Amino acid sequence: MESSTLRGAAVLVTGSSRGLGAALARRLGQAGARLALVARGGDELEAVAREIRAAGGEAHAVPGDVGEKRDAHRIAGAAAALVGPIDVVVHNASTLGHVPLLPLLETDCEDLERVLAVNLVGPFRLTKIVAGAMAVRGRGLVVHVSSDAAVAAYPRWGAYGVSKAAQDHLGRILAAELEGTGVRVLSVDPGEMNTRMHADAIPDADPATLAAPDAVAARLVALIAHPDLAPSGGRIELASLPGPPGEVRP
Amino acid sequence: MTAASWPRGEPALDRLLHLDPRTGRRRDLRVGDLPALLAPGDLVVVNDSATLPASLRGRLGAAPVELRLAGERSPGVWSAVLFGAGDWRTKTEDRPAPPSVNVGDRLALGPELAATVAAVSALSPRLVTMRFDQSPDAFWPALYRHGRPVQYAYTAGALELWHTQTSYASRPWSVEAPSAGRPLEPSVLAALTRRGVALATLTHAAGLSSTGDAALDRALPLPERYDVPAATVAATEAARARRGRVVAVGTTVVRALEGCARAHGGRLVAGEGVTDVRLGAGFHPAVADGIFTGMHEPEASHFSLLEAFAPRSLLADAHAHATAAGYLAHEFGDSMLILPEAASPIAS
Repeated sequence: MESSTLRGAAVLVTGSSRGLGAALARRLGQAGARLALVARGGDELEAVAREIRAAGGEAHAVPGDVGEKRDAHRIAGAAAALVGPIDVVVHNASTLGHVPLLPLLETDCEDLERVLAVNLVGPFRLTKIVAGAMAVRGRGLVVHVSSDAAVAAYPRWGAYGVSKAAQDHLGRILAAELEGTGVRVLSVDPGEMNTRMHADAIPDADPATLAAPDAVAARLVALIAHPDLAPSGGRIELASLPGPPGEVRP
Repeated sequence: MTAASWPRGEPALDRLLHLDPRTGRRRDLRVGDLPALLAPGDLVVVNDSATLPASLRGRLGAAPVELRLAGERSPGVWSAVLFGAGDWRTKTEDRPAPPSVNVGDRLALGPELAATVAAVSALSPRLVTMRFDQSPDAFWPALYRHGRPVQYAYTAGALELWHTQTSYASRPWSVEAPSAGRPLEPSVLAALTRRGVALATLTHAAGLSSTGDAALDRALPLPERYDVPAATVAATEAARARRGRVVAVGTTVVRALEGCARAHGGRLVAGEGVTDVRLGAGFHPAVADGIFTGMHEPEASHFSLLEAFAPRSLLADAHAHATAAGYLAHEFGDSMLILPEAASPIAS
């Protein structure tokens, strides 16, 4: 079902060298999407792209730092040259800021600025570059990967939580402004996953209690294939959607 | 006419000169007035090509050169124009000539790109076909890292990629900005839609507008690649059926529409093609009824293309008026709409 709607779709996924982004890229590749994969680290990213190509998919590594203005424009240009006008952009890259996580009053303002640059302004810049064309073509999907830290006030998650809350709200306003254009905006909360980012944030968490990125990616691909399952501007907890067949949930 | 030397802040406030080619009537307006000049049922066609960082600095042996990509012929193979030492700060015609090149010569273009001269044009020794060593996956990110936008001496500083894109740019085919659409911000496009004006896209690879070689300049534009989607063919037919007017945004859209129609017996047919159509006085557009375009100098090839839409005397009068009224020229300048007024009066 997913493969029919995603086959040939040009999808840009940021932060796709590992964790949820890499799992999502593999699943999208299986579904027939044409992938532009973005991350800072060239080698890890190229390895993910190579793996997808070896499995018969189409994936191109476009290295760059979403938080840097020049890089964002270079990424968007090279991605469009390689896969065509972007149909779906998944803003998955994000940074926790300082690890170990710190209380807000001990967070350097410069660290907060960097977190906002990577998690909020960078994705917004990339959206601005691709969404005008989406609106003129009358279709497109912008996905923000959010977090429950956007909603709950967890001590020490200040910089990250603020960036994710702002991104959720940016998505709501963008969706309202794009209503009627055919461009949809969704925020998705993937839940707690067994990723390096999670280990950086909560080093003593028991991995057995965390979801596998691939299972979360399967739900996210189903949502990308059928974004009308949720209202544009909405915030979706992926754990509430059906998972892949045979999944064992923690 | 004075050139606008840098992007300006609020495109909807850029000036718009409306010229009715039938009556000769002129009106001084703003780009934000465009929706009121069009009628429900009209169709606006834009060029969705994005602008490439098409200028690469490099070396031919020990000699510094600038290579300006002119158009992609096939993956990794590009038409390009060589320039000698220096950069955009020197007027194109004052630049030293590049060293002469032969088929097989190697060009190093920054730390990541290299190419071989595959052909030298009979038109000009500066016009070459280059075959890049890199696969597409290596070529494109490297081009975006090391290329700069093509620009000219009237600009006030080094342009960044974001200065050269329209709000709806999505296919990186153009080596110079398809700049007529630059003032069409999302709010103007949304106002057009609210008015009942239809929007459609095509892609046309805008080429170089100046090479510093008079013989080569006379041959411009070189053949350019276009792609007209099926939805745009349908949109033009639907506009015709309801007696709406078709307004091309920029000369690139005119070249794509008319080049495509000419290649198919006067009808638009969906698909990609290459056109060398040259428009001018005596050319009767088969598809476009009017053009929304940037202000340019009368000597530019751009100006003769406008003669397909209005007599030269009216264009010259309009240009003299715009110059006296302080309109600004070139890609960051003001705009002009050449379109017969709608048959029924438009409420303002």
